[in-house]
Amino acid sequence: MESQPSQERNEQPTKEVPHVLVMKPPPLLTLFEDKFISTKFQLLKAWESTLPLHQFLTTHAGSVRAVLCSGASPITPHIIQLLPSLQLVVTASAGINHIDLNECRRLGIAVTNAAGVFSDDAADAAVGLLIDVLRKISSADRFVRHGLWPATGDYPLGSKLGDKRVGIVGLGSIGSAVAKRLEAFGCTVLYNSRKPKPWAPYPFYSNVHELAVDSDALIVCCGLTAETRHMINRQVMVALGKQGIIVNVARGAIIDEKEMVECLVHGEIGGAGLDVFENEPSVPKQLLELDNVVLSPHRAVFTPEGFMAACDLVVANLEAFFEDEPLLSPLIDE
Amino acid sequence: MESIGVLMACPMNSYLEQQLEKRFKLYRFWTVPDKSSFLASHKDSIQAVVGNAGAGADAELIEALPKLEIVASFSVGLDKIDLAKCKEKGIRVTNTPDVLTEDVADLAIGLMLAVLRKLCESDRYVRSGKWKRGDYVLTTKFTGKKVGIIGLGRIGMAIAKRAEAFSCPISYYSRTEKPEIKYKYYPSVVELAAHCDILVVACPLTKETHHIINREVIDAMGPKGVLINIGRGPHVDEPELVSALVERRLGGAGLDVFENEPYVPEELFGLDNVVLLPHVGSGTVETRQAMADLVIGNLEAHFQKKPLLTPVV
Repeated sequence: MESQPSQERNEQPTKEVPHVLVMKPPPLLTLFEDKFISTKFQLLKAWESTLPLHQFLTTHAGSVRAVLCSGASPITPHIIQLLPSLQLVVTASAGINHIDLNECRRLGIAVTNAAGVFSDDAADAAVGLLIDVLRKISSADRFVRHGLWPATGDYPLGSKLGDKRVGIVGLGSIGSAVAKRLEAFGCTVLYNSRKPKPWAPYPFYSNVHELAVDSDALIVCCGLTAETRHMINRQVMVALGKQGIIVNVARGAIIDEKEMVECLVHGEIGGAGLDVFENEPSVPKQLLELDNVVLSPHRAVFTPEGFMAACDLVVANLEAFFEDEPLLSPLIDE
Repeated sequence: MESIGVLMACPMNSYLEQQLEKRFKLYRFWTVPDKSSFLASHKDSIQAVVGNAGAGADAELIEALPKLEIVASFSVGLDKIDLAKCKEKGIRVTNTPDVLTEDVADLAIGLMLAVLRKLCESDRYVRSGKWKRGDYVLTTKFTGKKVGIIGLGRIGMAIAKRAEAFSCPISYYSRTEKPEIKYKYYPSVVELAAHCDILVVACPLTKETHHIINREVIDAMGPKGVLINIGRGPHVDEPELVSALVERRLGGAGLDVFENEPYVPEELFGLDNVVLLPHVGSGTVETRQAMADLVIGNLEAHFQKKPLLTPVV
């Protein structure tokens, strides 16, 4: 016998309270389940069922109008096909690369993301990683903790941040927050984006290769799309140069990871600060041996404040949808 | 000037050593087997001492060198130099302000981010090979945190400017209030500590500021408070700090300096809420070269009877 999907603890399940399908719980839900209790909707938790997903959806999700997704539960054309009543996709992330936007657009399915609420934290992490790589903070901390300071003496010198030319790849909400911070350190900010931003006081480069030629460091802040997949390739990295630093707080697949590892191992670039990888949680073993990289397990946006703001935004979007009110953070075609 | 004897107090920078050797008769104090007999036999040839944050010119050394004319420090801090004695004997003193201000301020912010966002701990975690899906650890947001600065000199102001870009409200303690400064002033370190999330030590080390971070201040900071020390180790009552961190009475610390460098209390090695650095505040290739050039520039100016570049005394 199949097991029933669980109901919200406080609510009597009634036909009037619509369901929001969740195929796999996003980190937001796992950590802050209490914040998803609403009188306007209840969660339909597919992962708690013993049924395989396909069967669960055909059995239980026929009238589902909204789905809450994340990277672990992508919205593919196949999934969309199994949800004939779907009108809204809500993702608990800023990233939207796990949603087939073309298919949603074609079928008039609205999409909202958690844009904006994660920008400060992502920018803080990006700047933190850049300073860490340039000033060897994690590496020197390791040195001290291993008791090497008395024996070995002075630690090798790092590199000054202030006179660096930093190229920001993608000047959206996160990229512009990074730019604002770096200006205070005296860095020269440059950027590449799909189109120049009229408000941005920084030099625009129409492609990443040219940006890399003119930069000492690249900070990847753009979304992952078909165009940006492996955009940071060997040519870009060689252009960045032997002292060049790459920081990635966006998506692993924007960088050709295999090439990056080769470049780092052979000294073609100077170092890297990485929060994301092509095949998380798997990290190329060669990176674990390098002193000039700083590694982080995809937690650039993992702060209680950021998550709570994201919860509020997700719930507000869902409630607005079920009340026939305007969505708070719908994706707009750019 | 090759006959002018310059005594270098300790190893600090090979470029500086090279440049000193080219221009002067360089004596490396740390290579001498018997320091007092060395001083006795060379007292008439040494006219300059080059020191740093670790070793400078105390009263005993100054008394032993009757021909000493100038002490040039490869640092901005002057706590290793007996300034009163130098003044008394007409000995000039120079340091390396301004050229290292940005690096030290950058490191202060780097430490704040590393402690709050657990960057070093994250790096250790990934390197351990233990990262698996579903391992969610939240770290503390940095943007908007209240930053309290002890000492609003060049370095303190540079830290404030950077922290403001992260929307951090800035407050400070200084010997006197600076009315032209828009940041909130607190007349005591304890009050400053009670009203900020992150407390940064950025003042010079003097008799008055020794152990300026004591038990009372640590208590005022509380279990969420974070201490950043880019000043001098003796600014902090280190045993008190260690027990507060171990007992979780203090939220965390980012420390570039310690009371007894290069020795760091081992109780700190196992904590995930501290970041420990081996006194690298000004430790970049670019800045150390600029500092070395300033030391050389000051010495040359002195012995050519030109105005000193960055005199203190």
